[in-house]
Amino acid sequence: MGMITELLKGLRVTGGTMLRTITGKEMVTTQYPTEKRQKPQRFHGRHVLNRYPDGMEKCIGCELCAGACPADCIYVRGMDNDPENPTSPGERYGYVYEINLLRCIFCGLCVEACPTEAITMTHLFEISTTNRQDAIYTRNELLMDREGAVPSMFPDDPIADQSELLTADGWVRATAPAGRAVYEGVQMWQATPGPATWEPEPTQDEIDARTEPESG
Amino acid sequence: MDWADIGIILLRVILVFVLLLGATLINVWAERKIVADMQSRLGPMRAGPWGILQTLADGLKLFFKESVTPRKVELGTYLLAPFLAVIPAFLIFMVVPFGVPFTIGGREVALQGTDLNIGLLFLLAMSSLAVYAVVLAGWSSGSKYPLIGGVRATAQAISYEAAMGLAMVAVVMFTATQGEGGTLSLAEIVARQDGTWGGIVPRWNAFPQIVAFVIFMVAIVAETNRAPFDLVEAEQEIVGGFHTEYSGMRFAMFFLAEYVNIFSMSAIAATLFLGGWNGPTWEGTLPAVVSAILPTVWFLLKTYVIIFIFFWLRATLPRLRYDQLMSLGWKRLIPAALTWIVVSSIAMGVRQFGLPWS
Repeated sequence: MGMITELLKGLRVTGGTMLRTITGKEMVTTQYPTEKRQKPQRFHGRHVLNRYPDGMEKCIGCELCAGACPADCIYVRGMDNDPENPTSPGERYGYVYEINLLRCIFCGLCVEACPTEAITMTHLFEISTTNRQDAIYTRNELLMDREGAVPSMFPDDPIADQSELLTADGWVRATAPAGRAVYEGVQMWQATPGPATWEPEPTQDEIDARTEPESG
Repeated sequence: MDWADIGIILLRVILVFVLLLGATLINVWAERKIVADMQSRLGPMRAGPWGILQTLADGLKLFFKESVTPRKVELGTYLLAPFLAVIPAFLIFMVVPFGVPFTIGGREVALQGTDLNIGLLFLLAMSSLAVYAVVLAGWSSGSKYPLIGGVRATAQAISYEAAMGLAMVAVVMFTATQGEGGTLSLAEIVARQDGTWGGIVPRWNAFPQIVAFVIFMVAIVAETNRAPFDLVEAEQEIVGGFHTEYSGMRFAMFFLAEYVNIFSMSAIAATLFLGGWNGPTWEGTLPAVVSAILPTVWFLLKTYVIIFIFFWLRATLPRLRYDQLMSLGWKRLIPAALTWIVVSSIAMGVRQFGLPWS
């Protein structure tokens, strides 16, 4: 008899789940292209190269992103700025900037390595191609224009939501002291790509000046 | 017999064939949807409304796929096995009545492939033949996993066929007390379940023969190689078992045979235990056409209740271990069936002849 009661218990579980699913109380599936789930704020999508509000490129061609990349998928060559007509506020700018998105593991270490916040990530992940060449994004595809619009590889993609290109992933510096109470209210990441719209980070002295709660 | 009779026979055969194919299309889809519901998923949604054309799409895909023939197969048997699976599956249903006979142009057309007077024996014979397909497919594939699947199929089918047959014996004995003499004809067994006990409880064999009904249900799940008795296919252990080396249309035929078998076996369970097409028709109050169709509706409804139980079990139970399968078959079901035959025959004897000492 024990076997039969166990059987009935099991049938009750599946039957109950079925009733809950049919009545719409429980469902794990979303109908993807027509119905999209809210992405986490720090979702890692394809990259974008940002500009300052005055139109200058943020990238200074330092190659730190290429050095940080564990998948070795970024290729950067810097070039000296023309002193009369500079491309970036620094000494050099990213003359060649290529990311092979087939090799990219979307870890975001390039974003953390960048000293000028030139490279950030967006929320767009519909970047599949039918051609390997199309997966190598160059300056043309990565760099936003002077108005802040990010070029799309597939502007007429019926599935992708192009506005996701304007939703930057939130990023945290590798040194971010996550979890410390004194950092409460200090915005450590920006919610939109392009020109920074947030307050400059507090200096270390300002943070130290805050009262550190006693903790073990 | 003239041409009209032959036409009627052809019509009945085609009707059964179409019914089984249509039911298979629905059943495969329904199984995927029901199992999906039981796992909080959606199941097929893209092909047609709620994915109802999914089976058709899959069937078309399999039809156009290459049927790969591995090098080491026994070619004759290998090619024969899918047909051996499909033919008995369709033949089983031929003896099942699925509606009241109706009259066209002075000729009576029974909604049944054919009313054999040995229907029940034919049914057992065909369900035994179906095992040959699995065994021969497993053996002729010339590969290890199919062979294991085939060997498992032999033992499983023999074990559970015995329990199934014994459960049927109880029904045949009980049916004999319900009318003039015993019968093996399914149409007659259905006819004897007509009416009610005390105006409320329908005279279904399932109520007096409840133990036989349960044994029969377990046995048909095992007989059609469905979860939790799907050791013959056991994807996780023997990568699909007997149909590992089959692809394209040949695989589709095994698949078709499995689902036709499910429908046939459920229909037989409904016929033997749940009164077949018997049910209220409200003749006179409803239009004549509706009253003529209602028995078929009742039959399909009962069949689908049992098919739903098949799907429910599949979504719920993990696969039995092989020794558990054998011990359930030989140590539980067969002794239970034998005991039930003795008990119910004593009860029937007492009702018919009175107590021996009185």
